[in-house]
Amino acid sequence: MTAMEPIIQIKNIYKSFGSVEAIRGVSLSVQRGEVVMIIGPSGSGKSTLLRCINRLEEYDQGSIVVDGIPLTNPANINAVRTEVGIVFQQFNLFPHLTVLENISLAQRIVRKRSKEDTESVSRKLLDKVGIPEKADAHPIQLSGGQQQRVAIARALAMNPKIMLFDEPTSALDPEMIQEVLDVMIALAKEGMTMVVVSHEMGFARAAADRAILMDGGKIIEEATPDNLFKHPQHERTKLFLSKVL
Amino acid sequence: MMPARCDVQHLAGNSYTKMENKNKSIDPTSSKLLEKIPGAEPSARIDPWWGLVFTVILLVIGLVIFKPDPYRRILLFVQDGIGVTIKTTVISFVLVMVLGLFGGLGRLAKNKLINGAATIYVEVVRGVPLLVQLLFWYFAFPSVVQGIGTSLNINVLKTYVADPIGMAVLGLTFCYAAYMSEIYRAGIMSIPKGQMEAARSLGMSHIQAMRYIILPQAVRVILPPVGNEFISLLKDSSLVSVVAVADMTRRGREFMSANFIPVETWMMIALLYLVMTLFSARIVSWIEKKAHFER
Repeated sequence: MTAMEPIIQIKNIYKSFGSVEAIRGVSLSVQRGEVVMIIGPSGSGKSTLLRCINRLEEYDQGSIVVDGIPLTNPANINAVRTEVGIVFQQFNLFPHLTVLENISLAQRIVRKRSKEDTESVSRKLLDKVGIPEKADAHPIQLSGGQQQRVAIARALAMNPKIMLFDEPTSALDPEMIQEVLDVMIALAKEGMTMVVVSHEMGFARAAADRAILMDGGKIIEEATPDNLFKHPQHERTKLFLSKVL
Repeated sequence: MMPARCDVQHLAGNSYTKMENKNKSIDPTSSKLLEKIPGAEPSARIDPWWGLVFTVILLVIGLVIFKPDPYRRILLFVQDGIGVTIKTTVISFVLVMVLGLFGGLGRLAKNKLINGAATIYVEVVRGVPLLVQLLFWYFAFPSVVQGIGTSLNINVLKTYVADPIGMAVLGLTFCYAAYMSEIYRAGIMSIPKGQMEAARSLGMSHIQAMRYIILPQAVRVILPPVGNEFISLLKDSSLVSVVAVADMTRRGREFMSANFIPVETWMMIALLYLVMTLFSARIVSWIEKKAHFER
């Protein structure tokens, strides 16, 4: 495998929920270290596409290869999932565990790290996301922005090669959005491969290499963020941007 | 806890405005002002239902001390039955918790065979009266085993004799585990889907996610219905008296047929059950409070 080979290769995938076709033939390649942003109206299939990358959703047709591992074989799923971190819109922190335990649990039982290693990794990550003082708090005691930063730390604790973000700021109060974006931008600057479903222009300008507009389960337009947002080519993109921006 | 706290603050009236520091207002006991308000003093927050438990206990003690004939005689006569009732209930309940978990996981399994078996088990058991089930396990089951032993010529099975308490525990467990399966199932289903997704996306297996993420949360959700099941089981354990188990109820019947004082006998037996059920109910609600966490 050469360094130039894409870390994510999605080829012509289809996905239906009952009679609703969520994804209708999407192909996408993401290079190592690339930050790709996916925008589009709700129901356009963007979240479904993201969730297919670590197989939280099973796709019906097509193929996805992540870091050389084909997702088609169910036996590979856990191998892929340890390489791909995901951050959810609703945080999904474990409410019965403290912040430190949230970050530590999977390291211990999946990565089989020692107690000391786990704790030092977790504390470093809490420093990195800027809330070391909250280690012993429970998720309910944190603000939305703090919870989302813990969720990012929890995903990073597994040393993923790819980070997926599913509308990470959509459930946040406006004043908390920036603290989460700052963490994401720092991560992008460190060279993390990221696929981000979000409409945050601030993040697009600061960190994204490529932006994609999806609608009706298909990729409509693909360009640099600057070009996509300022000089959209397709009517559908223009219409969407006129409503969002 | 929450409503009680609001009442306290409401009662405190003007003192509430003085508690501008929010951290202080979280613990009403920290304010000396509150101690002067009737109903808000810390002692009043001990569960008043404990009063009922103690009243019933005192009633039993009073009857035994001041009217030893017949109440002391009844108590002495049925005392070994009390032990049998507690033993039968506790052993069955522990087994119910374990078997019910497997039943509940079976009901949620995607595997059609496991799911089908669990569903049939739950539906069949819930459709047959407990008394009939107990009679089956005690009278019919040994005959079935002996029949199999005879046809296969296995001596151990041919001479099989049912142990009353063993069969009673089996019967109670088999029946109650079906209901417990549904409680586990509902508890697990009440945990948001995102919890399982988050756990699986961190690379945990399905079993690890259940063990570390879903079940610890589900247990807190199902505590109240599980407590109710324990109390129901305690009461339904009186049914085992018909299958030769010398529990409290059977000992009461024996005492009555020997002494012909039904009113006193059954009042005493009822009071003894009441002590146990009320006491269990308090323990259950204490555990619930201990395990409470805000979501």
